[in-house]
Amino acid sequence: MQHRAVNDFTIRVATVNGSGSQSSNLVLTNAIFRLGIPVAPKNVFPSNIEGLPTWFDVRVSAKGYQCRTREVDILVALNAATWRTDIASIKPGGVVIHEAAYPVAGETLRDDITYYAVPFNELAKAHIESGALRKYLLNMIYVGVVATLLDIDAPTIEAAIGTQFRSKPAAVATNMQAVVLGMDYAREHLTKRDPYRLEPMSGKTDGTLFMDGNRAAALGCVMGGCTVAAWYPITPSSSLCESFIALADRYRTDPATGERRAAIIQAEDELAAIGMVLGATWAGARAMTSTSGPGISLMAEYVGYGYYAELPAVIFDVQRAGPSTGLPTRTMQGDVAFAYTLSHGDTKHIVLLPATVREAYDCAMDAFDLADRFQTPVFVLSDLDLGMNAWMTQPLPYPEKPFDRGKVLGAEDLNKVQSWGRYRDIDHDGIAYRTLPGTNHPNAGFFTRGTGHDEEARYSELPDVWLRNLDRLVRKHDTARTYVPAPVVEESGQSAGIIAYGTTHHAVLEARDILHEKGIDVDYLRLRALPFSAELASFIARHERVYVIEQNRDGQLYGILRQELPTHLLAKLHSVRHYNGVPIDAYAVVDPLLAAERAPAVAAE
Amino acid sequence: MTATNVNLIGLTREVYKGLPTTLCAGCGHNSITNHLIKALYEYGVAPHMLAKMSGIGCSSKTPAYFVEQAHGFNGVHGRMPSAATGAKVANRDLIVLGISGDGDTASIGLGQYVHMLRRNVDLTYIVENNGVYGLTKGQFSATADTGSKQKNGAVNEYATIDVCGLAVELGATFVARSFSGDGKQLVPLLEAALSHRGTAVLDIVSPCVTFNDHVGSTKSYSYVKEHGFLLHTPDFIRGSEEIVVDYEPGAVQDIEFEDGSHIVLRKLEREYDVTDRIGALRTIGETRARGELVTGLLYVDTGVPDLCEREHLPKTPLAQLKEEELRIGRDDWAKLMAV
Repeated sequence: MQHRAVNDFTIRVATVNGSGSQSSNLVLTNAIFRLGIPVAPKNVFPSNIEGLPTWFDVRVSAKGYQCRTREVDILVALNAATWRTDIASIKPGGVVIHEAAYPVAGETLRDDITYYAVPFNELAKAHIESGALRKYLLNMIYVGVVATLLDIDAPTIEAAIGTQFRSKPAAVATNMQAVVLGMDYAREHLTKRDPYRLEPMSGKTDGTLFMDGNRAAALGCVMGGCTVAAWYPITPSSSLCESFIALADRYRTDPATGERRAAIIQAEDELAAIGMVLGATWAGARAMTSTSGPGISLMAEYVGYGYYAELPAVIFDVQRAGPSTGLPTRTMQGDVAFAYTLSHGDTKHIVLLPATVREAYDCAMDAFDLADRFQTPVFVLSDLDLGMNAWMTQPLPYPEKPFDRGKVLGAEDLNKVQSWGRYRDIDHDGIAYRTLPGTNHPNAGFFTRGTGHDEEARYSELPDVWLRNLDRLVRKHDTARTYVPAPVVEESGQSAGIIAYGTTHHAVLEARDILHEKGIDVDYLRLRALPFSAELASFIARHERVYVIEQNRDGQLYGILRQELPTHLLAKLHSVRHYNGVPIDAYAVVDPLLAAERAPAVAAE
Repeated sequence: MTATNVNLIGLTREVYKGLPTTLCAGCGHNSITNHLIKALYEYGVAPHMLAKMSGIGCSSKTPAYFVEQAHGFNGVHGRMPSAATGAKVANRDLIVLGISGDGDTASIGLGQYVHMLRRNVDLTYIVENNGVYGLTKGQFSATADTGSKQKNGAVNEYATIDVCGLAVELGATFVARSFSGDGKQLVPLLEAALSHRGTAVLDIVSPCVTFNDHVGSTKSYSYVKEHGFLLHTPDFIRGSEEIVVDYEPGAVQDIEFEDGSHIVLRKLEREYDVTDRIGALRTIGETRARGELVTGLLYVDTGVPDLCEREHLPKTPLAQLKEEELRIGRDDWAKLMAV
């Protein structure tokens, strides 16, 4: 049986890392995008510089789904080391385009897929003179073969190459020649025997561009007024700070003097990075650090200080698979519970949970406002999938709001008040007023400390003083519930609901459509921040069964919900987890929900 | 008020005082506090521009005991240098004064100490060095000399970390050692440290009267008095004050700082040159081998760019920049977001 598979399939390119395949993969992605077809690339790469297997999935989806798919339709096999296992990953009816020299026999001989053998190495040796470039250009040959088999014309590929090599136009012609090699070979030697095709579309990709979440967050830092960044390089967060450096060099630098309106310090470790951030915010700057789980572990000490001494900080955690060093180049929503209560003692932090490139940008700007407003560290929990993969997005809007610097008293303000105390809760919202070093007023100074302190910032060990302070911090946390980004709710009166957050969103979108086709409709609340707003509990109360879907083993958000919600709601909660290191796909949601939701129907009969 | 009881900026010495000390009676740290008050007063530091920063330990309580009007930051153990670095780049106009101890600097905080020096952050960094953990009741710190004895008789078998030798080795631009009891030497050194642009390290041996002032200690009052080795007698001359005293050629070394201030060192050791890095290392090593405590300005290198200069920061403190100076312009934004 052959069904036509138009604009709805996944291409997986299996190569060796360090071979320059990323450029080819992005050219193919961009070319499909240029046909007006929504496309979602996912890079599944090793923690290595050169020589280990790497995979790049290009999901083509007319409906615009951007989550990973579990199954592969078209495999481009260019890595002999993984040939045997890669071929097993193709779904029945699928296609493999492989190096002709690879053996097709025994376990690599399948009768349910279409084989296209291409002598990539011979073609490269015969036609690409430069030995140095051959390794890289070989990958462009595959682009030509795929383009021919899927109906992408040469001008579209050339335009995509132009985009990829924007900064080195001389490379366009060389790469295009390699593409043409592949196109010519495919036309002359391959007969189309599979159902996969691309047909140009309109209306789905208009006005969109590609961006990764780390760059979007860096743009949010620039527009959010961040002037001090301190960081220690760590995958998958490094490109966030590196983007910030590039943006500061370009847009914050005075061409006449060379002065740059940002201090960006590569710290000796994450202990120092967060210390620099807190020193900077204490002195009145907006400051951030970007890291991943192992860095968060090291920051625990000073984050607790920031919470208790009440200093702003913005901490980007681009999550990767842990514990320990874990899988540095794989994704996870693994730091939710840890970040939320990071530090010894009683702590609760504001945590933002972006799901999209747009939200990575918005959350970055929001985080600086929230950190200043609440005088506390704010986490932005992105992940490798959002941070490092390119996503289709609408252009990011120019911010129209001024910065919210929160409750800061200047010298003139101090002249107007009789007395002032750093930790007095004048407004009954738990947020006190602060002053900055350098404020020219005899009453401005106070002692910022992580030790017990009273309303006047004086050292105190008195039980009542300690209690009052901790309770005020709870009041402040409660105030934050109405300030943080509200949940996004899609509801049509169903008995079952989903709660998800971050990049899990993209799998939930597709899963709800698949479930709908199977006659099961579920409502959806997408959480965008901690602490919870009142809407969360009422959403759960309105549903009989609520599935909490997340990308970690232990159901971390599920655990926080169980800890914080009223007892009568807890029995409604069901935890659904995905935690193998690759981004969640729709069936990780569909399968458990089908099993669970069909059961009550059976019971009803 | 007469001119005799106010300083250069018209403030009385009273303004430079802080809360009463909570340290032990006779603690060397209290003497250091008094010398600091004198130095800050004489130097004419504006209290609101002073950032008093510290970590954890007896030493790190000190910022509460002087210039009460100034802002203080009592951070976490061993991590004051990073916070001081952040504060300085955020507001480069602040006069940052970091106060640490030997545990805070040489044990838990060694990493941050080292990297602060590498970056040449513009601050004065004081190590109140008593060789023991006072707050936890008398354990050795990493600056305890090999062979020195704890109060209970335990002998330190391990190598000592010399925070001055380490600083010179790392390319620090101002390294001095002094003694809490020697105000005559310490006050000019403190003022010179305030004038120096870059990290100025002052390792001040400061006896712990409760846990490390016994026979067998190398950080006791009596040990320092018997084994002190003075390099020179320093005089600090602020800004445009004229140098009037004539010295015998070769008897003094005069160092001028970026702000026009001078430290004039009347040499007790004729051959010692404070700008000779290798010579400083040799002297630190040789005196230690002889069981002597060398004090004075050990090494200085003026004119080395500090962190803010290396970062090409604008003259206006980063903390004071507004939306229009920080956001990308609308035209550039449109180009960035072009589809």
